[in-house]
Amino acid sequence: MTFADLFRLTLPALSAHKTRSALTGLGIAIGIAAVVLLTSIGEGVRHYVLTEFTQFGTHLIAINPGKTTTMGTPIGTIASARPLTLQDAESLAAVRGVEAVVPFVQGNAETKFESRRRRTNIYGVGPEMPRVFQLPVASGRFLPPDDPRTARAFVVLGAKITRELFPGVNPLGQHLRIDNSRFTVIGTMASKGQVLGFDLDDAVYVPAARAQELFNRNGLMEVDVLYREDMETETVAAGIKRLMTARHGQEDFTLTTQEQMLDTLGSILGVLTFAVGALGGISLLVGGVGILTILTITVRERTGEIGLLRALGATHAQVLWLFLAESVILAGLGGAAGLVIGVGGAALLHALAPALPVHTPWYYVALAEVIALSIGLLSGVLPARHAAKMDPVEALRAE
Amino acid sequence: MIELAGIRRAYHVGNQDVYALSDVDLTIERGDYVSIMGPSGSGKSTLLNIIGLLDRPDQGAYRLDEQDVTTLTDDQQAGVRQRTMGFVFQFFHLIPRLSAADNIALPLVLAGVPADERRTRVDAVLADMGLSDRAEHRPEELSGGQRQRVAIARAVIMRPSILLADEPTGNLDRHTGEEVVTLLEGLHASGLTLLVVTHDPALGHRAGRQLRMEDGRIISDTQSQPAP
Ligand SMILES: Nc1ncnc2c1ncn2[C@@H]1O[C@H](COP(=O)(O)OP(=O)(O)O)[C@@H](O)[C@H]1O
Ligand SMILES: [Mg+2]
Repeated sequence: MTFADLFRLTLPALSAHKTRSALTGLGIAIGIAAVVLLTSIGEGVRHYVLTEFTQFGTHLIAINPGKTTTMGTPIGTIASARPLTLQDAESLAAVRGVEAVVPFVQGNAETKFESRRRRTNIYGVGPEMPRVFQLPVASGRFLPPDDPRTARAFVVLGAKITRELFPGVNPLGQHLRIDNSRFTVIGTMASKGQVLGFDLDDAVYVPAARAQELFNRNGLMEVDVLYREDMETETVAAGIKRLMTARHGQEDFTLTTQEQMLDTLGSILGVLTFAVGALGGISLLVGGVGILTILTITVRERTGEIGLLRALGATHAQVLWLFLAESVILAGLGGAAGLVIGVGGAALLHALAPALPVHTPWYYVALAEVIALSIGLLSGVLPARHAAKMDPVEALRAE
Repeated sequence: MIELAGIRRAYHVGNQDVYALSDVDLTIERGDYVSIMGPSGSGKSTLLNIIGLLDRPDQGAYRLDEQDVTTLTDDQQAGVRQRTMGFVFQFFHLIPRLSAADNIALPLVLAGVPADERRTRVDAVLADMGLSDRAEHRPEELSGGQRQRVAIARAVIMRPSILLADEPTGNLDRHTGEEVVTLLEGLHASGLTLLVVTHDPALGHRAGRQLRMEDGRIISDTQSQPAP
């Protein structure tokens, strides 16, 4: 008996009870549609968050003052913790594998050009920032490699500030006031838009030492390190830790590697997608029970046929497969319908709410169909085995 | 050749044993035409089912063409059934969803005969049975006689050597029943061993050998002279 024969014998059986088959298939269709739709949303969110995070590059290590435990609660940030300094940042350049270092101080202040004013983010950084964070300069140049402690009062403008404070004016060479200090504009940044809630366009970039003066702080908030792609994250992190511990006399700082962050984030979001998908899986389970029920009824209705098949020389296995084929085809068709509904629903959702990230990877679709077929197989096994084990004489008598 | 020796088949009903067959000895030669008669419940169907390997005796030996077939596994017996036995039932047992041609092709499908060979063989049998113009009809669109002819076509499509018919006319009017018996006798004439269970003495007496059963035993076994 070939696959084609199995199909030819099974399809009339399914179409003989159209409503019944359709309803049973619908159970699976709804389950598959739910799984596809929910995992599409979950996967979309994961995709979205991860791209947001990786657009700064992945070979980054952040150093923050204070020691944070793995649980995220800071300990010992009290008296003994020393602030991160510009000298610390400078010295990190010597660690093996480190390519660039950016000190980081952030605050809020009023900027003013002629009569125009605007409160904005002030980022105190170093000359390597465009390289480390992959933020391109639009015009002029970025902060020059001055001695970080005595860096000149230059400022580079975010795209939005350029628009707001210098409409129709070439900002290069102009003087910008931040609070009451005077800065010379030497460049503007290309527009970057929102990244994880930060508007990088609504900001200006000044040397870290200048930002420290503006905000009256003696430490840095963070130091970001870019390392060579061919270096192991652990090696670089260990080098940084060794140097910093030597400088501070204790480990009063925290390293966060981008890799760690992405791993944690990725697995959290992966679990989320899985959980959401499992939720859809419950309706698949219900669909599977539907198939089991219907196939049990079918086997009972066709007891006479089972006897006949055995009389005609069908083996146990052939009878088994004739019924299994029925549940597998039913589940397969239901699954295919569910895929169409699910993928269509995802597309519709995307059209209606473009802000909601939806992403349907093809292997999810393939996997969902495989799951549908397996459910057909599993829920068919019991009734089909029952059919195969029937006594032919008893079965023939049933009609 | 069918050789049954000391065949017993018992059913346990409640705490009692009901003997559907007790100590049946029977030898049927190749090409014989045997009718089995007797009151309802006398064990006729049970005997036919055991000969057809659909049922297993509790005791006794069954040799088919010199081979002990009682020790075969279910699937081996299915193979023997497929190659050597054709069944005709009182209630036709046609699959309502399939056309006449597809019903007849079913044994070929189960045996793994390729589709194009199936078609030629089914067409030939349909023609033999005078059913060519009914090939695509469903059972419900056929008369009782036509249905039984489709069933007979299905029984012989595998070219078996033994044809087992359990009250093949039980569900037909007298005239149609006689047509069906004539058809079966034609198949016997072409070399098949034919066993027919019947209630109708007139039909039963047409067989060359007549068995009478009662209470699970063969109580008479007569050879009649072939009609001149
Ligand atoms: N499944 C069964 N359970 C109990 N008794 C059965 C069963 N099948 C057959 N019998 C009994 O076996 C005897 C023979 O039955 P059967 O061969 O069908 O008779 P016949 O075909 O001559 O009418 C009857 O007494 C019947 O009641
Ligand atoms: Mg009977």
